[in-house]
Amino acid sequence: MASAAASGGPGGAPAGGPGGPQRDRINRGPGRVLIGVYGLFALAATARAGFQLATKFHQAPLAYLLSALAGLIYIVATIGLSTANRAVAVACCSIELVGVLAVGTASLAYHSAFPDATVWSGYGQGYGFVPLVLPVLGLLWLWRTRRHEPAP
Amino acid sequence: MSHWPGTAVTITALVVAAWCLVEVARNRPPGRLQYAGLAVVEAVVLVHLAAAIVALAGGARPAEYGTFLGYLIAYVIVVPMGFLLARAEPTRWGSVIACVACLIDAVVVVRLNEVWSG
Repeated sequence: MASAAASGGPGGAPAGGPGGPQRDRINRGPGRVLIGVYGLFALAATARAGFQLATKFHQAPLAYLLSALAGLIYIVATIGLSTANRAVAVACCSIELVGVLAVGTASLAYHSAFPDATVWSGYGQGYGFVPLVLPVLGLLWLWRTRRHEPAP
Repeated sequence: MSHWPGTAVTITALVVAAWCLVEVARNRPPGRLQYAGLAVVEAVVLVHLAAAIVALAGGARPAEYGTFLGYLIAYVIVVPMGFLLARAEPTRWGSVIACVACLIDAVVVVRLNEVWSG
């Protein structure tokens, strides 16, 4: 992962070089579908959390802060995917998957700590479990397009 | 608020989504007809938006006002966003994008009705 990290700067891929087209691939094809859905979730989760933090922060501070964090990660994931920055995309999808599993479990186990729902409550059931499916699809896509580099 | 505009969106969005899915199965990007389908969906969405604005201007208040407005914004931008992304992806995955955009609007209709009546 670390070796792939340095490569994916925005627009920095030499189109003709070995591995060049390969490097760009995460923002093509299925990747473009992911960018669309991530972009929508980035907008929706951030706008919703911003509204909740601004108007009723004290009702459920933990839930709203977690929603804001989720929104932020969706934004970074969208940027990472669309600029073909593999390291950022892998990091965001991993954090999301851990987040949705942790918050999903916590929201069921410690119901009183979550008086209002977050994007990740109940494993994202308020959003048709898309928040759970999305990082899995993202990681599968990143795995399928990984470059076969010799280990350093 | 009348349910007709929302129902019309559901029907057109599902029809166009299914049509895009056919193009996915045929391994083709969206063509002129699919893009026309997206335009029809967006047109019906705008009719629904107008109906909602008229209802709000007439003093009707959804049960969850802020959430309703948020969904309304997403509702209007999803298909144009999908159009731009699909245009950038002239493969079968462009058809997937067009299909997903329609499906999202069909789901948002359900949510709009839910947050309207609470």
